[in-house]
Amino acid sequence: MASVTMTVNGKTVTATIDPRTLLSSFLREHLRLTGTHVGCDTSQCGACVVHVDGRAIKSCTALAVSLDGAHVTTIEGLASDGHLHPMQEAFREHHGLQCGFCTPGMIMSAVDIVNRKGAMLDEHTIREELEGNICRCTGYHNIVKAVAAGAQAMAATKVAAE
Amino acid sequence: MYAFNYQRPKTVRQAAGLLAKAGGDGKLLAGGQTLLPTMKQRLASPAMLIDLNQVDGMGGIELKGRNLHIGAMTKHADVANSHIVKTAIPGLAALAEGIGDPAVRNRGTIGGSIANNDPAADYPAACLGLGATIVTNKRKIPADEFFTGMFDTALEDGEIITKVIFPVPQKAAYEKFPNPASRYAMVGVFVGKKGSDVRVAVTGAGANGVFRLPEFEAALKTRFNAKSLDGLSVPADGLNGDIHASPDYRAHLIGVMAKRAVNKALGK
Repeated sequence: MASVTMTVNGKTVTATIDPRTLLSSFLREHLRLTGTHVGCDTSQCGACVVHVDGRAIKSCTALAVSLDGAHVTTIEGLASDGHLHPMQEAFREHHGLQCGFCTPGMIMSAVDIVNRKGAMLDEHTIREELEGNICRCTGYHNIVKAVAAGAQAMAATKVAAE
Repeated sequence: MYAFNYQRPKTVRQAAGLLAKAGGDGKLLAGGQTLLPTMKQRLASPAMLIDLNQVDGMGGIELKGRNLHIGAMTKHADVANSHIVKTAIPGLAALAEGIGDPAVRNRGTIGGSIANNDPAADYPAACLGLGATIVTNKRKIPADEFFTGMFDTALEDGEIITKVIFPVPQKAAYEKFPNPASRYAMVGVFVGKKGSDVRVAVTGAGANGVFRLPEFEAALKTRFNAKSLDGLSVPADGLNGDIHASPDYRAHLIGVMAKRAVNKALGK
């Protein structure tokens, strides 16, 4: 067993875990944050994407114990004060989902894209950047629209806050 | 995955000590983007896992004279986005930008990729195509001597890659034909020109991993232009054949990718 301490969605958590515990299992089974989904468990599908120290990673392909001291944000950490994050709102508004299984990963990746590439995202960029996220329902059309709209909404929110 | 004894050393020396103690049963964990999936499939089951993520001084990108130093634990995304790399060797930054997907690039490391020497990995082609030097805790190994076969390197027991030194070329570029599903290189060609030295390195195609193409290099030395490669071909012997591409098809792709890489290096 090994000890790990990390900050998850702003709260410090410490646990003694089997070193084999993947970050995805740690979040879902130890912290009961089941918004992070495990689709393929082989780092292909991206349903498990979370942010670690501000960067998107596949939580099924990281050991929790290896992230001692890290700051983790999951889909549960995006909304604030009962209001959806602009990217979540854009997925709802543009119907960027059908079954919803891939959505947490899609949204975490989408927020990461905006953080890296800014608010003005063309369709090609969005499709390229979503390479590591698979959706088996939508054909991606509305996901791409949602990401473009969410990106602009994130920028507008930021401006409004300043 | 099977259980393992987890260790988190703080220095390279501690890591090397642990690796020696584990005998052949220890594995180093860098970004884990290959090792962890392999362990999950139970294709690897190290008794000891030595995590390098908290080891000091293994990251960072620095230009020293005409050499680019990249720490072994530097992530693909950091190489891809580094202003220093983009300025010194744009072809290397572009190669890093094409590895896996954004989330994988945020974890995977240059040292891990090179130590694994996957026959379809991108970085080995850059190391060979730029004449890099792989620096370990024990010695400096020229790329030409480092990649010894599929998933095999010159690394000895207890040896840890600490950084990679790339001589800055005049021109360099990488072109790959990715598998449409996995995005791994079915064929990738790295071309580098430094003074009169021209290197052409091929990944994804060789049954023994990355290799150089002396005939292509000689032709490009005479004149660094895609037309110089007209009429040259690569024998299909010793190339990989699988459901994705036959050896003949890969041989053909090598010629096509090499020309594209030369054009890209020339800014065409």
